[in-house]
Amino acid sequence: MENLINLFVRSVFIDNMVFAYFLGMCSFIAVSKTVKTSIGLGIAVICVLVITVPLNWLIENYLLKEGALTWISSDFANVDLDFLSFILFIATIAAMTQLVEMIIEKFSPSLYNALGIFLPLIAVNCAILGGSLFMQQREFNTIAEVSVYALGSGIGWALAIVSIAAIREKITYSNIPAPLKGTGITFILTGLMAIAFMSFMGIKI
Amino acid sequence: MINNNNITKNKEPLFSAKNLKLLKGPLNEVNPITIQVLGICSALAVTVQIKPALVMAISVTVVVAFSNLIISLIRNTIPSRIRIIVQLIIVAALVIIVDQFLKAYMYDVSKKLSVFVGLIITNCIIMGRLEAFAMNNKPWPSFLDGIGNGLGYGIILVIVAFFRELLGSGKILGHQVVPQSFYDAGYIDNGLMILPPMALIIIGIIIWIQRSISKNIVNN
Repeated sequence: MENLINLFVRSVFIDNMVFAYFLGMCSFIAVSKTVKTSIGLGIAVICVLVITVPLNWLIENYLLKEGALTWISSDFANVDLDFLSFILFIATIAAMTQLVEMIIEKFSPSLYNALGIFLPLIAVNCAILGGSLFMQQREFNTIAEVSVYALGSGIGWALAIVSIAAIREKITYSNIPAPLKGTGITFILTGLMAIAFMSFMGIKI
Repeated sequence: MINNNNITKNKEPLFSAKNLKLLKGPLNEVNPITIQVLGICSALAVTVQIKPALVMAISVTVVVAFSNLIISLIRNTIPSRIRIIVQLIIVAALVIIVDQFLKAYMYDVSKKLSVFVGLIITNCIIMGRLEAFAMNNKPWPSFLDGIGNGLGYGIILVIVAFFRELLGSGKILGHQVVPQSFYDAGYIDNGLMILPPMALIIIGIIIWIQRSISKNIVNN
């Protein structure tokens, strides 16, 4: 349990998707103009991460890894399909976002109206594929760890986009040099926030 | 933006003015990183040194150019509802080839780039160019557009990496350029440059400089 909490805190603050690895920057910059839309996108990213990363972990461990296919027959002990991981991961992600979109559309039209436009965007959000690729690299042992990791990174990403959106709303009327307005200042702000987030480094529970 | 109605005439030469514009435009006026703000995710993480940045730039150029070419060749047969999945699969296949190539011939760089080679798949530049250009243009212009955008991406990557490596560790491409006498006199490498946040700030400054020089770029 302690291990899981530690993992959660790590993935939210220290290994923050945006500030430590720059994942999902494209939508981070493009959609962070108002707090309301960024909350929507943040929630959508959390949902998709929590679904896809554990699913990809299962694919990795029961299909792709060297010796993963032994549950079918012991003849496959030497088969290593790891090179297929990119294509399978992205297919899972694209399919899952489509599925989540359809389910939300059917059961909660109001949520669909709020999130709808973001869901197709999410299939190509680097944070989602990045979550799966980091999962593959870190070799988690149980599905609980993977789920906590996915939830933590999702929350970390949402936290980042909501806070930058709040700052951007606040500086709309500030006196910024014209060429720096918009994208330029957002980059510098993100950089400064990333420096602030580095102060979490080394936290352990 | 590049206008989408330049469907080439039958007798147009391979490097006509229009095609050259496709190649040069992304280097400055419609640069994918600083103007269209696409593909930043990987741009920042691989720029601590010049070498990985160069390798990344070349890989992205290859993938953009060939995925543009392939999608443009089959653009009329893709059903529009599932086009994103088709595009992703083609891009993923190309990225697997690049990844295997890097692992075979440049293992140390491939280790340094780690997950960011895989993340080329979701690099927004690629999807953006496929959607905006390759889906409604002929193969040859699409191929050039891909190369142009790859180079535009690469140039920013190399500029950022140049400053980070020079100021952060006093080296260029791994060779020491800040002489030892500087260190003896009390010069210290700026450790902050090696840390990830500085990449963001450098790109912010590049955008600032670029927009102050070319005034006609629209602020959004």
